[in-house]
Amino acid sequence: MSADIELDRVTIRFGEFTAVKDVSLRINGGEFFSILGPSGCGKTTLLRTISGFLEPTEGAVRIAGHDMAGIGSNKRPTALIFQNLALFPLMSVAENIGYGLRVRGVPKAERRRKADELLRLVALPDQGDKRIGELSGGQKQRVAVARALAVEPKVLLLDEPLSALDLRLRQHMRAELRAIQKRVGITFIYITHDQGEALTMSDRIAVMNAGHVEQVGDGRSVYDRPATPFVASFVGENNGVSGLVESIDGEMATLDTPLGRLKGRGGAGLKPGDPATIFLRPEALRLCAPGETPDLTAEFVNSAFEGNFTFVFLRAASGQAMTMSVGRDADIGALAPGASVALAFDSADALALPVRHNA
Amino acid sequence: MTHPFTAALIFALPLLVILAFVVMALIEKRRGGNVGAPGFFQRNGTPVAIFLIAATAFWALVLIVFPQLYMVDYSFHPKLPELKRGGPEDHYTLENYRYFLFGSTQNTDHWNTTHLNAFWITIFVSTVITIVNFAICYPLAYFMAQVAKAPTVLKLMVLLVIPYWINEILRAFAFRILLGTGGLLNNVAIALGLIQEPIDFIGHDIALYAGLTYAYLLIMMFPLYNAIESLDHNQIEAARDLGAPWWHIHLFIVMPFAKPGIASGATLVFMLCAGALAAPLVLGGPKTLWFTPIVYDRFFQAFNWPQGAAYAIILLLTCMAFVSLVMRLFKVNLSEITR
Repeated sequence: MSADIELDRVTIRFGEFTAVKDVSLRINGGEFFSILGPSGCGKTTLLRTISGFLEPTEGAVRIAGHDMAGIGSNKRPTALIFQNLALFPLMSVAENIGYGLRVRGVPKAERRRKADELLRLVALPDQGDKRIGELSGGQKQRVAVARALAVEPKVLLLDEPLSALDLRLRQHMRAELRAIQKRVGITFIYITHDQGEALTMSDRIAVMNAGHVEQVGDGRSVYDRPATPFVASFVGENNGVSGLVESIDGEMATLDTPLGRLKGRGGAGLKPGDPATIFLRPEALRLCAPGETPDLTAEFVNSAFEGNFTFVFLRAASGQAMTMSVGRDADIGALAPGASVALAFDSADALALPVRHNA
Repeated sequence: MTHPFTAALIFALPLLVILAFVVMALIEKRRGGNVGAPGFFQRNGTPVAIFLIAATAFWALVLIVFPQLYMVDYSFHPKLPELKRGGPEDHYTLENYRYFLFGSTQNTDHWNTTHLNAFWITIFVSTVITIVNFAICYPLAYFMAQVAKAPTVLKLMVLLVIPYWINEILRAFAFRILLGTGGLLNNVAIALGLIQEPIDFIGHDIALYAGLTYAYLLIMMFPLYNAIESLDHNQIEAARDLGAPWWHIHLFIVMPFAKPGIASGATLVFMLCAGALAAPLVLGGPKTLWFTPIVYDRFFQAFNWPQGAAYAIILLLTCMAFVSLVMRLFKVNLSEITR
């Protein structure tokens, strides 16, 4: 059973400080929904509000249509996986998983059966009698997931649970979590500051910054069509070049920047004469073909071989650092530090966004 | 005086034990042991290391082990004037223990009900006081360790500690003034019309029990606070999130985690309570039965040191046995307490 979640103009204040400002979100039942943002953007506060540890100062949280005001975290159909997992160290793995059932008065044999079943689901069969201290980081992760799923929540809330794992394990657990979500079919709300996690796992992503939601959409639209300069620079690598809007021609906008005239798709609300930033993804930049007119030129600094591609670090004429990614076949071997590089990009791959004065 | 041979044995025994430890350590070293780690002498430097060992040995042996062993030996001797000690009448005897049980050094016809009663009441009441102290301290310790913010904790700490700047005897007398028949509590209760006649708190030992509870409150408080403070607050929230009501969280998450703290607090309170002397002397009524004043009287009223030694040892061993039994019951071991 999954449930819709509705955040209706939720504002959360701690004294003078406003952690979450007027957030409205609708999360569909059975969805893998990520809330992505830098630390301190209010995403954990929002999660704690959904799970019932905090009450919104204003607005309402509705789960499956029911207003959750005044309902404590022990009465909500949600289960939270903590950042540090918060497994009970004095209990065995099976006792940890069975704790929520024990609270509900489920008999011991039944709890054990359920724990074994969940351990199979999270690919840890026959580990029920182990102590928590005997498990590796990834195994603890799985136990935490099993413990939360044992109470059959309608919504599973995950607070950056993978942040303590090493890179390889983290990537593996992403796929695992996604597969578990597909199998159990309940709503997952996943908090992360890691855009890679959000992009690979989620059906939809809400990007948060300084207490408000900047954009909601699936990974592709957030990456390809960021709504704000913040989203453009936070999700994925991006080279932002600031300037003034010179002209707008249909969908396309031309900016006058210190690096020359740059043309790209225009975002909403762009007006000639306004300050704006044009964003160029590292993969949108390429080396100029012979005879082609370069869109901009920069100085080669160094490069980093990443295996399937290479990052090329450049310094533009204005002194701005820029990053370009090139494929294996790109001819960069001859470039010496300080060499001038002519760059080109497809204006359809560039995006100009208005700079908000108040943000 | 004690037989020279026994005396020699008593003093040699701890030295032999230490020697045995040294030999064991040497043997272990020869087997390889931990090659990389620097030894005790390397880490501290020879002069400091020798001082540390000598000081610890002096403290442990001269101040703790020898006097206790001497008392053990003493308790098995008859009461004799100074001149006759070590003489033909000085022999090993169980008469002091016999006196405790039967009220006579010679026959076993009647139980020594006065002393036995006092003994069991001391153990029983100390247990009750320990439980009451836990009941008072646990909510406060939990509040300070998990709920309250730092400034509040600081204020509470100061409020808890300040009364203990006052000398124990003065605190006991303060209770006497509060709880006496003409004391504050009775006067207020009569003025309010709650009671007609003053209640004899002291005669009914209520003053004593209250005083003892109060005297050892902090000794329960701090181990509990430390234990609960080290519990990750997320675990409490995780339990709550999994649907646990508050009492379930305390009973199955917080208390098991704080068990070592509870055990050390309870052990200290129980031991100190059972061995308390000042509070029973000041707050005890005319009919009060508490074992330590009886022990005191053996020494300084009856001038029967061997008997006093026997009584003290009975109390000590019983308390130790009781505490280890309770710890076994609650599956706590000593190494956890010292954690």
